[in-house]
Amino acid sequence: MAAPAQSERIDLVGAFRDAAFTGLVAFGLFLPLIGFQTVTNINDELILATRWPLLFAFVAITAAGRFAYSAALAPWLAERSRRPPRPAASRWRFYLGKWFVPFAIAFVIAYPVAVILAVGFSGALKWIDNFGIQILIYVMLGWGLNIVVGLAGLLDLGYVAFYAVGAYSYALLAKNFGFSFWILLPLSGILSSFWGILLGFPVLRLRGDYLAIVTLAFGEIIRLILINWTALTNGYAGISGIPRPTFFGIPFTAADNGFAAVFGLEFSPLYRVIFLYYIILALALLTSFVTVRLRRLPVGRAWEALREDQIACRSLGINTTNTKLTAFAMGAMFAGFAGSFFAAREAFISPESFTFIESATVLSIVVLGGMGSQIGVAIAAIVMIGGTEILRELDFLKQIFGSTFDPTQYRMLLFGLAMVLIMIWRPRGLIATRAPSVFLKERKTISVDLVKEGHG
Amino acid sequence: MIAREDSMLLSVEHLTMRFGGLVAVDDLSFQMKRGTITALIGPNGAGKTTVFNCITGFYRPTEGRLALQRGDPTLWNTLESLTQSGERGVVQQNGALFLLERMPDYLVAQRARVARTFQNIRLFAGMTVLENLLVAQHNRLMLASGYTLLGVLGFPSYASAERAAIDKARDWLDRFGLLDRADDPAGELPYGAQRRLEIARAMCTDPVLLCLDEPAAGLNPRESAELNELLLVIRGEHDLSILLIEHDMSVVMNISDHVVVLDYGIKIADGAPDAVRNDPKVIAAYLGVADEEVAQVEAAVGL
Repeated sequence: MAAPAQSERIDLVGAFRDAAFTGLVAFGLFLPLIGFQTVTNINDELILATRWPLLFAFVAITAAGRFAYSAALAPWLAERSRRPPRPAASRWRFYLGKWFVPFAIAFVIAYPVAVILAVGFSGALKWIDNFGIQILIYVMLGWGLNIVVGLAGLLDLGYVAFYAVGAYSYALLAKNFGFSFWILLPLSGILSSFWGILLGFPVLRLRGDYLAIVTLAFGEIIRLILINWTALTNGYAGISGIPRPTFFGIPFTAADNGFAAVFGLEFSPLYRVIFLYYIILALALLTSFVTVRLRRLPVGRAWEALREDQIACRSLGINTTNTKLTAFAMGAMFAGFAGSFFAAREAFISPESFTFIESATVLSIVVLGGMGSQIGVAIAAIVMIGGTEILRELDFLKQIFGSTFDPTQYRMLLFGLAMVLIMIWRPRGLIATRAPSVFLKERKTISVDLVKEGHG
Repeated sequence: MIAREDSMLLSVEHLTMRFGGLVAVDDLSFQMKRGTITALIGPNGAGKTTVFNCITGFYRPTEGRLALQRGDPTLWNTLESLTQSGERGVVQQNGALFLLERMPDYLVAQRARVARTFQNIRLFAGMTVLENLLVAQHNRLMLASGYTLLGVLGFPSYASAERAAIDKARDWLDRFGLLDRADDPAGELPYGAQRRLEIARAMCTDPVLLCLDEPAAGLNPRESAELNELLLVIRGEHDLSILLIEHDMSVVMNISDHVVVLDYGIKIADGAPDAVRNDPKVIAAYLGVADEEVAQVEAAVGL
C-alpha cells in the first residue's frame, strides 16, 4: 500500500514543479506580449502602460493547466496507451463517412432558414453574414489553394495576390464599364488565372523554399502595385461604391424597383445577405465539385504524381512545367472568383484587405485541414474563421478581465496555439488519409505517412 | 561513318558527357538491334547511369549523336539530313526517327517512346498501384479527356478511355503478379514487388525501348530468375528492345544478346556475352590483375 501512495505523492510534487516552470516560461513569454501595452494618453503621447492583473491571470491559467495535465491527464493518457487498442467502431465510422457529406451540404443549404427560425429576422443578419459568408469565402479560398499546395505540392505563400486580382478586376470593370456581376465573375477568374500563368512561367522552375519565397514576393508586389498605382486603383483609399450584384436585374434596395418592393415584402438588408450567401455557397460547391472531378482526371493524377516524384513523372512523358502551370492557374482562378465575390459583397476594397496575413490564414487552413483533403479544409476554415468571429461575441470576458479587454486581440495567439496542438497530435492535418482516385476492387484509404508533401 | 544495319533501333555515336573537368562518358559508340536485350555493364562509377540519363534525355550530352528509329528502316537514310536540319526528329506514317540528344526528358518518353526505370526505385509511393499505372498512361488519357475540358464536363469519350486504361493496367499487373495488390499504396509493397511495379509502369507507356537501371538489384535469386523469364516473354510479345544496366552476372549472361562494357567512361568491350566474358580487358577491369602483371596487361590493353 505504501508504494503507490508514495509514487502518487512524488507525481504531485513533480507536477507542481512542472507547473511552476511552465508558469515561469509563460511569464517570460507573456510579459512583453500582454504585460506591457502602448497607449496614447490625453496629450497624444505614446506611453507604456502595464497590465499586471491580466498578465498574472494568464500565467495562472497556464500554470494551472499544466498542473492539471501532468497530475491527471498525462498519467491517464499513459495508462490508456498501455491498454490494448479497442477495436475501432468501424460501423459507426462507415456510416459517418457515408452520410457526413450529404448531411453537411443539406445543413449549409438550410442554414439561413435555420438561423432565421432560431434567432428571428433581425438577429439573423450577423449569423448569416459574419459566420456564413465569411467562413464560406475562406472555405472556397482553402479549396482553391488546396489544388496548388495539397494536390500539386507547390508551396504558394502569395495566394492572396490572385484574390486581389479578382477583387480589383471586378471593382474596376464594374465601376468603369458597368458590366454585371455575372459577366465579371468568370472574367475575374480568367484574369486571375492569367496572372497565375504569367507568374508561373518564370517561377515554376524553382523548387521548394525558393518557390515559396518568390510567391511570397509576388503577393507583396501585387499589393504594392495596388497601393502605388493611384491613378488606377486609388491607392490606400481603395475603391468604394462598387456595384452590388442584383437578383436577375432587381437590385436589393429600398427603392420602388427594389427586391423587397417587387416581391411585396418589407425592406430588409437580410435578403441581399441571403442572396450573397447562396452565391458564395454555389461558388464554394463548384470549387469542390471541380476539384473532386479533376482528381479523377489525368491532370489531377498528374498533379498528385508531381507531388510524389517529379523525376518519375518526366520519365513517363509528363510535361511537368505545363502540369504545374495548370495547377497554378486553376488555384488562381478560384481565388479570382472568390475575390470578385468579395468585392461585390463589401462594395469597398482597399489594399488593406490583401496583406500577407490573408495568405498565411488560407495556407494554415489548408495545412491544419490536411493537405489534399476537402472535408479537412472545410472544417479547418470553420474552426479558424468561425473561431475569430466567436471571439467578438465573448463580451462576458470583459466582466472578468476588465472593460479594456478585447478578445479579438488574442486571435493570433489562439491560432498559434491551435497550430502547435495540431502539429503535436496530427502533424499531417485533421484528415490525414488520402482517398485513391480509382480502384479495382476496394477503395482503401491511404495513410498519409506514405504520401509526400511535395517540394515544388 | 558507322555501318548501319536495317534492324538497328538505337545508334549511339561518339557520346561524350563531361561534368566540369570530369569525363563521365568518353566517346562511346554502340548500336542496338531491334528486339534484342543489350546489357551495359562495368565497375562502379564507370558511367553506365550517365549513358542512361543521356539516352532518356535527363542529361544533355556534351557531344555525340543518339538516334532512335522505329518503323520503316529506310528512315535511317535521312539521318544525315535530319542532323543538318536542326529538327528533333521526323515522324512519318510508317515510322519515325528521333535524335534523342535534342529532346528534353519528357519528350523522349512521350514521342520517341523510350521508357526507363531508376536505380533507386521511384514510385508514386502515396498513390495506389493502379494509380501508378494510370499516371503512366497520362498522355493518351489527357487527349481522351479533351485536355481536361471534356473530362470535367463528363463526356463519355473519357469514361471509355479510362476503362481501356484500367484494363491495360490490369493486364500488366496480372503479368507481373501484382493484381491482388492493385488497390494498395505503392509504398507499402515489398521491395521486389516495387521493382516489378516500376517495370510494369514503364511498360504502360508502350515503349519501343525499355531502359532498366539495375532491375535485379535487391532481388533474391528466385525473384531475379522470374524477372529474367518475364523480360524475355515481354520482349518476344511486344516488339520491345531492352537496354539494361546490371551487376548481377547471372541476369546479364542469361538474357542478354549483346553486352557493352564500360570502364571509366570508355568502352572496353562490345559483343556477345560469351565473348565479353572471356575478354582479358573485361576480366582486368572487374577483377584487377596481380602487381607483377600490371605492365604486361596495360601494354596488352593499350593504356
